[in-house]
Amino acid sequence: MTVSSQRISRSVGDSTWKVFWHSIIHMPWTWRIMLGYLAFMLFLPTAAMLAGSATLGPAEFWRIATSPIALSTYDVTFTTSLIAALIDGVFGILIAWVLVRYNFPLKRFIDASIDLPFALPTAVAGLTLATVYSENGWIGSLFAPFGIKIAFTRLGVGVAMMFISLPFVVRTVQPVLMQMEKEIEEAAWSLGASSWQTFWRVLLPPLFPAILTGVALGFSRAVGEYGSTVIISSNTPFKDLIAPVLIFQRLEQYDYAGATVIGMVLLILSLLMLLVINFIQAWGKQYD
Amino acid sequence: MTNATNRLSSATPGSAVQKPSLGQKSWIPAILIGIALTFLGLALYIPAINVFYQAFHKGFGPFLHNLSEPNFQHAIRTTLLLAAIAVPLNTLFGLATAFALAHKRFPGRTLLLSIVDLPFAISPVVAGLMIVLLYGRNGWFGGWLQEHGIQIVFALPAMVLATAFVSMPFVAREVIPVLEEEGIDQEEAAHTLGANSWQTFWRVTVPNIRWGLLYGILLTNARAMGEFGAVSVVSGNIAGKTQSLPLFVEEAYKSYETEAAYSAAVLLALLAVVTLVMKEILERRTGASRRKVH
Repeated sequence: MTVSSQRISRSVGDSTWKVFWHSIIHMPWTWRIMLGYLAFMLFLPTAAMLAGSATLGPAEFWRIATSPIALSTYDVTFTTSLIAALIDGVFGILIAWVLVRYNFPLKRFIDASIDLPFALPTAVAGLTLATVYSENGWIGSLFAPFGIKIAFTRLGVGVAMMFISLPFVVRTVQPVLMQMEKEIEEAAWSLGASSWQTFWRVLLPPLFPAILTGVALGFSRAVGEYGSTVIISSNTPFKDLIAPVLIFQRLEQYDYAGATVIGMVLLILSLLMLLVINFIQAWGKQYD
Repeated sequence: MTNATNRLSSATPGSAVQKPSLGQKSWIPAILIGIALTFLGLALYIPAINVFYQAFHKGFGPFLHNLSEPNFQHAIRTTLLLAAIAVPLNTLFGLATAFALAHKRFPGRTLLLSIVDLPFAISPVVAGLMIVLLYGRNGWFGGWLQEHGIQIVFALPAMVLATAFVSMPFVAREVIPVLEEEGIDQEEAAHTLGANSWQTFWRVTVPNIRWGLLYGILLTNARAMGEFGAVSVVSGNIAGKTQSLPLFVEEAYKSYETEAAYSAAVLLALLAVVTLVMKEILERRTGASRRKVH
């Protein structure tokens, strides 16, 4: 009994190996290009970073990852990104709503312009935001009399993060809103619901997964952002220094271990966010 | 464009509202549109107008003067070169990936699609760091490269790698849905009628996917020319040598040459405007709204 089952399992093992090698040798050229490019461009660099952090050992890794300066950059990066993504969430819903439901002049132009932060290079975004929101800039000068400084503070970092993350919320909510039937709202209305009740009880629940996805996408984009934030920030440690800039500074000082550890923390966070986003999307499909 | 935007931010939008939907109160839409436009004005339009204002408020003179600077010209050439290498590479990869994955269903397909999308999730600075850890002095290939006198990091090759990395998924992402929608009936028919695979590819498949493909290439190009973080980490940012246009913007700004910074910025902003206009045209070509998040 045992002998025969062993023999069977071995022969199954042999044939799966054969199938494996066969599929490798006779792989279509499209697969070869895809896997070859992914291996060279993505897997190899990722492996180099994983190996780099593995040589440090857990104790050293933990020491660098939780050093006071690292902790302060996480605080600035993650808290500011979250607040920026949430503000974008509120205004993103509003903008999507206005674009889907109302007609007004230049609507097409405004709709197309929502993608500007995707198309505008981040260095340009940082440059112009730093100018406009500085103390004597067009918008910054309105806040300066009240003692509010925006550019070169944490507030400025938040403004840059809001700029780059805005399209994520609008573009995830907009298609769902377009599919929603107006009749449901009108039914709620005619049954005597107030506009506030209609919004909270009828409109918001089916939009919720899309809103969460948009905010999560915006958050993870803001966490990784470098170009616009490095320019609008004064990059002062413990004040407005963000994690990506700390990586850059560590590399400039040839502190490869320091850069690798903070890089790993960011990489792990972005993979976690990817999982969360996939989970939200799977959960949101229940509404379809 | 500047005029149109100016007019738009000062217009009172309430009068044009036709269908009040959330409630019968007609002032609700007017207020909502007003808030949305104010937010967009503060966050997008005023900063966008500012780029053009700063570059041209003293006329075209300063712009043309900066354009003649050798470092500026070198930065433009570097940016064009980076795109000229990275865009075809990523287009080839994107097409191969789309053909490999679009019509097949197998376990692990979703995982593979997520892996292809991964470069969008990774911070550009982390992408640059990975390239330094691989090809830099103390990296895996560092010793070998040094022995053979090949410089990758702080030189053009690493800048190409960084650019290609961050703009990798666009083409695959745009072509896969088009291929899925088209199905394989037309290709099969062409085969049955005696066309070989090459003929089928050029005469049937390419015409079917061309708008999606162009859309993907457009987005790849915009990202490739505009990338800052990843390129900044691997380039060393040496003026006149390893400086692309976005790097030039930052360096000029940091050294208080605001005018030069805006002359470069306005070129990149024009690239963004052209990209958005072509995006709009391609979206109309493809019929349905193909807007999605990148």
